[in-house]
Amino acid sequence: MRMPLRWLAEYTDLAPGTSGADVAAALVSVGIEEEDLHGGDITGPLVVGRVLELEEQVQKNGKPIRYCVVDVGENGQMLTEGKHQEIVCGAQNFEVGDLVVVVLPGATLPGGFQISARKTYGRVSNGMICAEDEIGLGHDHDGIIVLTRLLGEEASADLKPGDDAIALLGLGEETIEANVTPDRGYCFSVRGLAREYWHSQGSPEGGFRDPALVETPASNDLGYTVRVEDDSPIDGVAGCDRYVARIIRGIDPTRPSPAWMQQRLTQMGMRPISLAVDVTNYVMLAVGQPLHAFDVDKLSGSIVVRRARPGETLTTLDDVERTLSPEDLLITDGGEHLLAIAGVMGGASSEVDASTTSVLVEAAHFDSTSIARTSRRHKLVTEASKRFERGVDPALAATAAQLAVDLLVEHGGGTVDDGVTDLDRTTEPPAYLLDVTEPSRIVGLDYSRERVVKILRDLGCTVDESGQGTDETHVLVTPPSWRPDLVNDSPGPDYAEEVARIDGYNNIPSVTPTPVEGQGLTHGQKTRRVVADALAGAGFTEVLTYPFVAESLADELMLPADDDRRHAVRVANPLSEERPLLRTSVIASLVDALRRNVSRGHKDVALFELGLVFRPGGPLGRAPIPSVLQRPDADTLEQLYAAVPDQPRRAGLLATGLVERAGWWGPGRAADWSDAVAAVRTVATALAVDVVVANDPGHAPWHPGRCARLTLPDGTLVGHAGELHPKVLAALDLPPRTVAAEFDVDVLVSASAEPVQARPFSTFPPALTDIALLVRSDVAAADVEAALCAGAGEALESVVLFDVYEGERVEAGHRSLAYRLTFRAADRTLTTEEVNGFRDAAVAAAATATGAVQR
Amino acid sequence: MSGPNTNYDPVEVSALDPANVDAAVQEALTAIAGAGSLDDLKAVRIAHQGEKSPLALANREIGALPPSAKAEAGKRVGQARGRVGQAIAARQAELEAERDERILVEERVDVTLPAVRRAAGARHPIELVSQRLADAFVGMGWEVAEGPELESEWLNFDALNLGPDHPARQMQDTFFLDPVDSGLVLRTQTSPVQIRTMLEKEPPIYVVAPGKVFRTDDLDATHTPVFHQIECLAIDKGLTMAHLRGALDAFVRIMFGEETRTRVRASYFPFTEPSMETDFVCFACHGTGHDESGAQCRSCGGSGWIELGGSGMVNRKVLRACGIDPDVYSGFAFGLGIERALMLRHGVQGMHEMVEGDIRFSQQFGMEV
Ligand SMILES: [Zn+2]
Repeated sequence: MRMPLRWLAEYTDLAPGTSGADVAAALVSVGIEEEDLHGGDITGPLVVGRVLELEEQVQKNGKPIRYCVVDVGENGQMLTEGKHQEIVCGAQNFEVGDLVVVVLPGATLPGGFQISARKTYGRVSNGMICAEDEIGLGHDHDGIIVLTRLLGEEASADLKPGDDAIALLGLGEETIEANVTPDRGYCFSVRGLAREYWHSQGSPEGGFRDPALVETPASNDLGYTVRVEDDSPIDGVAGCDRYVARIIRGIDPTRPSPAWMQQRLTQMGMRPISLAVDVTNYVMLAVGQPLHAFDVDKLSGSIVVRRARPGETLTTLDDVERTLSPEDLLITDGGEHLLAIAGVMGGASSEVDASTTSVLVEAAHFDSTSIARTSRRHKLVTEASKRFERGVDPALAATAAQLAVDLLVEHGGGTVDDGVTDLDRTTEPPAYLLDVTEPSRIVGLDYSRERVVKILRDLGCTVDESGQGTDETHVLVTPPSWRPDLVNDSPGPDYAEEVARIDGYNNIPSVTPTPVEGQGLTHGQKTRRVVADALAGAGFTEVLTYPFVAESLADELMLPADDDRRHAVRVANPLSEERPLLRTSVIASLVDALRRNVSRGHKDVALFELGLVFRPGGPLGRAPIPSVLQRPDADTLEQLYAAVPDQPRRAGLLATGLVERAGWWGPGRAADWSDAVAAVRTVATALAVDVVVANDPGHAPWHPGRCARLTLPDGTLVGHAGELHPKVLAALDLPPRTVAAEFDVDVLVSASAEPVQARPFSTFPPALTDIALLVRSDVAAADVEAALCAGAGEALESVVLFDVYEGERVEAGHRSLAYRLTFRAADRTLTTEEVNGFRDAAVAAAATATGAVQR
Repeated sequence: MSGPNTNYDPVEVSALDPANVDAAVQEALTAIAGAGSLDDLKAVRIAHQGEKSPLALANREIGALPPSAKAEAGKRVGQARGRVGQAIAARQAELEAERDERILVEERVDVTLPAVRRAAGARHPIELVSQRLADAFVGMGWEVAEGPELESEWLNFDALNLGPDHPARQMQDTFFLDPVDSGLVLRTQTSPVQIRTMLEKEPPIYVVAPGKVFRTDDLDATHTPVFHQIECLAIDKGLTMAHLRGALDAFVRIMFGEETRTRVRASYFPFTEPSMETDFVCFACHGTGHDESGAQCRSCGGSGWIELGGSGMVNRKVLRACGIDPDVYSGFAFGLGIERALMLRHGVQGMHEMVEGDIRFSQQFGMEV
């Protein structure tokens, strides 16, 4: 919402010398956020120009550029060289003969942008033809301003090249743009903002002059017939509870709106159109009541407000044919002919036009929910819908209609009908018994009863200190008609906010809360940090990827048809149709990051990510949407939680290129399957969790011969690690031999939940013995080791595989595994005979389990 | 006492002649001094201290002397051998020290050669900032709460007083799932974690909830469809806006330093009433709105203040939906975007760097921010 300072000064006192920044700061202090400041920071010359010639050339980059000659009156080159101004312009939306706005060298535009003659696109440009946003008039940058279009033919008829455009467009005056929160619909008017500014100045007596304080005639039988026939109110709330109609006849359609009004509308970011339309817009900006003007001669005698019927269509003013919903509230002529979507936008057929002499002014009050839904359904946000959606003061309708009628008569001639229609079904909001100590309790700052009552009265509330229920600490408060946000079943906090706001939020003290006891981070939270830190310590770099993946990914990852990871959640409105699914594994999206790194020239990359994956296991269920008036019952809560699909927390990692650098010490070492397995083992070790590794020949997307399956000793799956399948790498455009691991962090969290129990260790000397076992090549080393451990007995301290040999010195199809066994007894030094016995038992166990033969 | 030694050999006995002993000592000392290496010294030791050395021979002769001469000769030879032995030991120590010295010199390397053979990994700073904030609050007695990213609409919207007509529930902000009537969405805020906490725990509740959230914004310099928030929720008896301010101030100090000032103003959020917006004084221009050259401050856009985020006292409707009696308990909640905090605190230029996964981004931060 914009507001020129001078307009503000009409409704409240503005101390001499008050700047736009001062007003903005004052409004911020009462909770109205400044969005922007416009105007007042332009220094000329900024003038009206007429395009005399234009020559368009398409540049090498395909962009057309216009070399123009512009008449800027007795300015610029005319003054120095006696010829018209030469200006280069990138816009296309104007023709020879158009009146435009030209900024000349020496001028300064908003933001301190200084204009000088400069060479651009090969020629000197002596200034610039301006777009709206460049001079702080609006946000439009689709083209330059053509004055006949901005101001209308009539208003621009008398303009001459060289005229001062700063004054013409009201740019010399500062205009504030405020960000209005949804609970303060009344601030979508100069009236509302002026009231707030007045509050920021301490609400001095007589300091606010309400523009809505005008006499209005009572409703009578002579008025235009209006019927409200809302047969399907939304949530029981009538779509229209007030409708005022006034008629003025004999308006001179050739009379334009006055220049001051046009300038104000321009400053507010609206276009002057015609007297009738400008007046309705002006009154709306002044007091906040949206108005609509109908051409009476196009109406048949009665207005009916009703909901749309199925299949009805209306072509709105923006030339879009809209299929209406039975929830849309309509203004109709006699019930049949559609005139407008109530409170949102008019139809094309009944609009006032250049021949309109009789106008019906509509000032109505519509249900905010109804308007909000319609506006959203049709993706149609208008000045009217914005206001109705946030709540319009229902007491304003007659006043606003009167203000419009007065302006139309004053500037367009004509006479007002005696008939006054005011269909008023609005009700006064109920009084609320307010505990005057409640604001202090909520805010944490003591406000006296007098202070609370004074603030509420300044806000426009009626405060009854002697009615039913009032006592030392209770008063009856009725909010003003423009504050629907204060009407709810427990407005105590709302009033507390008002008191704190007007008293000043910055008076609220800062008191650090002191919770009694905290348990610190949970085991799971600490564990996740250990996992991430361990991976980072092992050389992996953490990244955070988007979870959105392509439908084709499941095939590219070669997931089997019955794989649970094919059950992905589908986003109904994805940002990209190419990636509509949510990842079911971390690797699924981590590959994107690896590809990006590789494409940027990183050859040696090791990445990891810790995050949730989405595993619905099938189609999504339906989550209930219970009432919010109380806590959902246990069954409903259970359904609510159960409907949310499983989202295990997993870690994924990828590595390609060298994991150990080449350097003066010699060659580097490329990442291989073992690095992926080692990374998971490192994490498990950091958590003191034992994992068992097995060859897994059938788990996509890994290489069938280079994939490890990692489990807990009880068989619970932890994850997989190894080299990715070459076809997967090719399909995903990843470097050959890329390795990967993915594991379930939640499983590791559970596995490490119990406190580690310390094992005693012996101080007697160890006994070492080496063995070499010949096994078939398809026997897993892990199985051999497990058998050795099982057979060696209690005294075994460690088994280390220190050599693997496969080659001509051993039988084909076999390999030799060399182990060092370390034995140590708790209570004595072992004898050689004992150690040999243990060793032989271990070898025997390996022989039984794996067919190993000692060499 | 025995008779005269019939084996007495005057020639042999001459080895014990004092002049001869002195000469042998002098000869030994000269050789010792001249030994230039430990190997030389070893040869010298064999020649002058070994079994065949003159002094060893002399020593052997003592036995042949008459008893009256033994003591004197023994003393003389013993002193001589002592002198030689000391000289050898001293020279040995000298030469060993020289050798040790030389080895150290010879073993010198250039320690400025590159030393790290394994590339370092890194944590993502978004995670580190979340941890920093969580840790600070845990230190004050709060706990860390979490929830799922794919969440029920009721928890993400309804329970937070975002009714069916709230603009945020429309398609333009929220990722809905197929089928759209599943009642499930990708959470648009970390606030459903508040609801879960209130449903599951009895007050008093003091929790921070960091996490990933989703909005249908295309990636650009200031937007990303997937970003991170951290939220704080406190529910207890007697909590006021003053406590809210206190917690917010703590938050700002943790992120931007002890001296950072804040200001607050009224605002509107459906889930809080009263609501509050907090600004903190711009750390780049210290509130002046311009840099040293007088140009408009780029961090705050010239206002001198930077918006921290929304907050407020938890709406009574929200408490009621969670089964908490709003007449007994009150509470406050606030949240902020971690990406934005990172941009402000660490001068990150835009969202792209944070979401693209380029290893150079994470690697420039240490393991603690
Ligand atoms: Zn600044």
